[in-house]
Amino acid sequence: MRILYFAWVRQKVGIAEEVLSPPAEVRDVAGLVQWLSARSPGHAEAFAQPRQIRAAVNQEFAQPDSPVAANDEIAFFPPVTGG
Amino acid sequence: MPRISVQEAIFDLAAESAALSAGRDDIGGIASFVGICRADDGITAMVLEHYPGMTEKALAGIAAEAERRWPLTGCTIIHRVGRLEPGAPIVLVLTASAHRSAALESCAFLIDWLKTGAPFWKREEFADGTTRWVEARAEDEAATSRW
Repeated sequence: MRILYFAWVRQKVGIAEEVLSPPAEVRDVAGLVQWLSARSPGHAEAFAQPRQIRAAVNQEFAQPDSPVAANDEIAFFPPVTGG
Repeated sequence: MPRISVQEAIFDLAAESAALSAGRDDIGGIASFVGICRADDGITAMVLEHYPGMTEKALAGIAAEAERRWPLTGCTIIHRVGRLEPGAPIVLVLTASAHRSAALESCAFLIDWLKTGAPFWKREEFADGTTRWVEARAEDEAATSRW
C-alpha cells in the first residue's frame, strides 16, 4: 500500500510518502488512520484530529468508511484550498 | 474535450481565448475567470502545492460535470502551482458556448467547484520568514453546494 501525505499533514508526518503493509484488520480509511497514528510521534500529531484530515483512495476523494486494500494508493491531506 | 493544465508557468488569457474560438463559427460567447494572488495580511508570496495525477483527474471530472449541465463548445482550466507573488494570476477558467448564459453560469460553476473539489493547498509566506497554511473556508463549501 502506497501512502502519500500533502501540505501540513506531510510536514507533521515528516515524509511525503511511504510503502507499507498494514495488517489484515485494517480494512478502511478510518482503520488505516488509527494504525498509522501509532507509527511515530509525527504520525500521531498529523492524525491527532481526524476531522481535519481528508483522504483519497486511488486518487478519488474517500470517506472514513471507504475500503482500503493492499495495492491501493492512499493519500491524506487537509481540506483543499485551491482556486 | 476540455483543455486541463496544472503548471508553474504563467498563462496567456488572450491566447487561450483565441484557441477556443479558432476555426469555429458556432461560439456565441466565451466567459472567463482569472484568479489572482492578493496581498492579504501582508503576505509576500503564496506557495501552491497539489497532488499530481489526482489533480488532473479531479479537474477533468469537474469539467465533464459542467459539460453535462451546459451546452458548452469549449472549456479550459489552467491552475498554476509553485511560488506566486501578490498580483500574479493563479487560475484561469474559460467556457465557450453558443449563448452567454451557459458560458457565464458554467464558468462560475467551475471556479466554485474547483475550489472545493481539486487537491490544491496554499501556504502563505510573510516578510518575517514565517509561513501559514491557508484554511478551507465555509463560504467556499456554501458556494459549491449552491450548484
